[in-house]
Amino acid sequence: MINFGYARPTDVAEAIRLLAGSPGAKLIAGGTNLVDLMKYNVERPSRLIDITGLPMDKVEETAAGGLRIGALVPNSDLAYHPLIVERYPIVASAILAGASAQLRNMASTGGNLLQRTRCAYFYDTATPCNKRAPGSGCSAIEGLNRMNAILGTSNSCIAVHPSDMCVALIALDATVHVAGPQGARAIPFSEFHRLPGDTPERDTNLDPNEIITAIELPPKGFPGNYTYIKIRDRMSYAFALVSVAAAIELDGDIIVEARLALGGVAHKPWRDTAAEAELSGQKQGHEVFRRAAEVLLRHANGFQHNAFKIELARRCIVRALRQAAAGTPQLQSDKTIQ
Amino acid sequence: MATDPNRRSAFQGGAAGDEHMSASMFNYIGTPASRVDGRAKVIGAAKYAGEFKFPHLAYASIVESEIARGRVAGIDASKALAIDGVIDVLTHENRPKMADSDQAYMDEVAPGGSPFRPLYDDKIKFSRQPLALVVAEDEDIARFAASLVRIEYAPEPSATDLKERFGAAFSLADDAFALTPAKPRGDAQSAFDAAPVRHAADYYIPIEHHNPIELYASTVSWDDGKITVFDKTQGVQNVQRQVVGVFEMNPEDVRVISPFVGGAFGSGLRPQYQVLLAVMAAKHLRRSVRLVLTRAEMYTLNYRPGTIERVSLGAKGDGTLVSTMHEAIAMTSQDEDFARKDTIWSGALYRSPNAKYTHKLTRLDLPTPGDMRAPGAASGVYALECAMDELAVSLKMDPLELRLINYSDRDQNADIPYTSKALRACYRQGAEAFGWSRRNPEPRSMRDGKQLVGWGMATGVWEALQAKFAVKVTLAANGTAEVSSGTSDIGTGTYTIMTQLAADMLGLPLEAVSVTLGDSTLPQTMVEGGSWTAASVSIAIGEACDAIRSELLALAQKMPGSPVAGMPPEQVVLRGGNIVSKQDASRAVPIAEVMRHGHVDRIAQEKSSDFIHDEKYARNTHTAVFAEVRVDEELGIVRVTRVVNAVAAGRIINAKTARSQVMGGVIWGIGMALHEATHIDHRYGRIMNANIAEYLVPVNADVQSVEVIFVDEPDEIINPLGIKGVGEIGIVGVAAAIANAVYHATGKRVRDLPITLDKLL
Repeated sequence: MINFGYARPTDVAEAIRLLAGSPGAKLIAGGTNLVDLMKYNVERPSRLIDITGLPMDKVEETAAGGLRIGALVPNSDLAYHPLIVERYPIVASAILAGASAQLRNMASTGGNLLQRTRCAYFYDTATPCNKRAPGSGCSAIEGLNRMNAILGTSNSCIAVHPSDMCVALIALDATVHVAGPQGARAIPFSEFHRLPGDTPERDTNLDPNEIITAIELPPKGFPGNYTYIKIRDRMSYAFALVSVAAAIELDGDIIVEARLALGGVAHKPWRDTAAEAELSGQKQGHEVFRRAAEVLLRHANGFQHNAFKIELARRCIVRALRQAAAGTPQLQSDKTIQ
Repeated sequence: MATDPNRRSAFQGGAAGDEHMSASMFNYIGTPASRVDGRAKVIGAAKYAGEFKFPHLAYASIVESEIARGRVAGIDASKALAIDGVIDVLTHENRPKMADSDQAYMDEVAPGGSPFRPLYDDKIKFSRQPLALVVAEDEDIARFAASLVRIEYAPEPSATDLKERFGAAFSLADDAFALTPAKPRGDAQSAFDAAPVRHAADYYIPIEHHNPIELYASTVSWDDGKITVFDKTQGVQNVQRQVVGVFEMNPEDVRVISPFVGGAFGSGLRPQYQVLLAVMAAKHLRRSVRLVLTRAEMYTLNYRPGTIERVSLGAKGDGTLVSTMHEAIAMTSQDEDFARKDTIWSGALYRSPNAKYTHKLTRLDLPTPGDMRAPGAASGVYALECAMDELAVSLKMDPLELRLINYSDRDQNADIPYTSKALRACYRQGAEAFGWSRRNPEPRSMRDGKQLVGWGMATGVWEALQAKFAVKVTLAANGTAEVSSGTSDIGTGTYTIMTQLAADMLGLPLEAVSVTLGDSTLPQTMVEGGSWTAASVSIAIGEACDAIRSELLALAQKMPGSPVAGMPPEQVVLRGGNIVSKQDASRAVPIAEVMRHGHVDRIAQEKSSDFIHDEKYARNTHTAVFAEVRVDEELGIVRVTRVVNAVAAGRIINAKTARSQVMGGVIWGIGMALHEATHIDHRYGRIMNANIAEYLVPVNADVQSVEVIFVDEPDEIINPLGIKGVGEIGIVGVAAAIANAVYHATGKRVRDLPITLDKLL
């Protein structure tokens, strides 16, 4: 833990000013990840800008018929919000698949997007890690990489993004609203997180002095045919080996539209529209589900300890699509995958 | 005072030839009494080592090594010293004097070799080794300043991989505490080669860490050269002797206190280095100091060594074993020879005319391993019981039937009878409760929708040890009693069972008895461990209360017209506040009256459980474990849906705390089977999951039905009350039963623990 300054702005403009005016400053909301990283000496912010006093804690319906979720809405509140439960149950399910009740009570919606990877090397300052110390090397590529990526990796980083909620949000085509010194802008969810490339130290396309203000969900929430499946090394309180968000719109047995996104496999929540295209217009069934999985995983590449994830992901996608098509979503209270 | 283990006697006046002590004698022994310290723990009144506070308390934080082997070439603490609130930075260069002989660092459970000495010199022996100690006015300042200390290293290549280094293993020389392998019998290799049915395989158990929730901590209170150390330990007197030895102090100037322990599981048997560091800082600064380890630093204390267990079983076509061979290849540190008897259970448990054991060690650049719940047995019996299952498959025989065919009423290694062995009843009652007879022997034959269902079983065995424990019992004229001993309650329920034992031995209500533990100035005991505490304290409490009863009787007999006149001590008991004739309850005198008449306020007796450990009997506890798993056929996910553990462990003093002990063992067995492993990046010689988020143990959702059955096992030989202890036995065999169930469910045999889903895809 280090010594740091502290400020608690009361409006977004002031927060942006403080952020821009304090080199090395970090925003803090729930602190469920940042405080850990400070204890491990991975993050050493000069100043913490506590944004919990900003007016960004509402869930509101938009004129377009969607939902605007303030960046400070706690994960727990969001998971149990009546409009989420009714219209976007895949979001509720994904949130409840993650962390613990205590962490979800503290964690904010915006903070959930900004979680850092849980790669063991990122957390241990005694080991090389390009994400933590650019240019030092990637220890995971030839190291303990059971929890690491199989898609979108680069020679400098094979870390994965740890969020469950984000997998549902990318499947739903959410939008991230941000504000910064140059004003406000909206970032499509699929463009918010980055692949590691040569700059794994950058997790997202958020500019250094920007703040997430809200997440917007479009009207379409797939409340009838959806699921979120999370496979992990114990039944609860563990990060995903592979997770799958699947949502489909059916006309009888014909898939009108499909959404398919994976967690635990890449540096960002992984959505592949080519795999979705494989499904749309087709009659639902094992073969077409399997084909979609093959397309999604066509560029997958495993490492010494995580190559099994490719086959696991394939089977998991099929299972998830089956659940979604049958209208029998995974219950997060029952840990047995149905 | 020696207790002849062969005498058929019991306390409260039992004599040679008496009937076995009947349960009706007792109001509390055998009942599910709630923990006497439960309320204090729930409301936070129970204080732990890192919670004691003193005026001018300073806080210490460790600077850890980033490399696994080499030397410290230089330390730059200037940045840390420049921080406001930092008092000093201790290193091997400026520390106070420490003893230079291994003897001073030894402790009563140290293995052979040279114990680790913190901040002793510039040598680095394992990653995260303490290299400097920052002491500050505040805990956070100490931790921040520690991050600013710069170490220059002279690294050397390190080796931390057992699988890579096992070729360099050497056979274990005689080591008093490692209990070297038993003698071979017959010609096991030839018998194996000639056996019509054979099974041989390697089983692998990774390094596992204890992960007690309470972090290791020492708070040293400085009082002008005298120190009181509040320490997390399983043996305050063991720690006291080490501190006295290492810092060459007067024994009367060092007191060690540990009233409560938040889990230890063997990790606190040896004094841990944080106590030496905290005392070092207190001596250097001449003020009180606290040091609490971080979770990551806990991974540098001790651990269950990773082992390769090679088991070879040869049998006749009818299932009769003809050869048993077991070789363990384990790891130890560069400087100490830690080993436990992984292998001997194989030839002890089942009848086999030919048996051979080998135990080898390989040296790695890691801290010395240590005892972790059922050390040796948890690993060795896992391998044996999986091998027995595999042999049963080869024989096309029910695995329970195979165990019954080879059942032995004598310890096969020493060829001696057991003091008691109700394992047959465990098999019967466990199988009945589980429904074993409904098992379809064919793998993959039992199914529930997408889930494959598997049923497996295993035997468990552990020793019923006893150690030298002294206890003092003081009976007051007001009808209360105090019981005190240096031993610890590490969460097992020792406070509670000692209260029950003393209450019944003195005929008092539970509330009238108070127990004080965990203070080095109290009567001397061996460390708390090995499942020997319950039996050991029962003997000492019984002897002390017998002596009090005799003293009371002598006083009572001096009273005019005494109703107990002329009675020998074995004909009276203490009951309901009276000293009373066993034959005629109307012949009674109130104890208060006796003491008043004799002009005594208190009667105190200290006795020690110094029993005769003869070689005529084997002393063991046994279990039969039955497990059900459900495996998702596509995804490989295993859930343990039911475990029945039938336990034969002599007399159970407290049905509630004993059940909790066994249930905890079962849950740990689930972890051992499916989750637990310490992951080392061998390039850096560094543990990469040194935290309880990534070192997986079962969470609630991983545990479903756990049924514990205690079978009746009267034992009139082992000690007067027939107590054997239940601390370790609960885990033994559980991982094997689960692994065997996974095979039955899937047809896949996974011999490398843990059984993660990728091994079943």
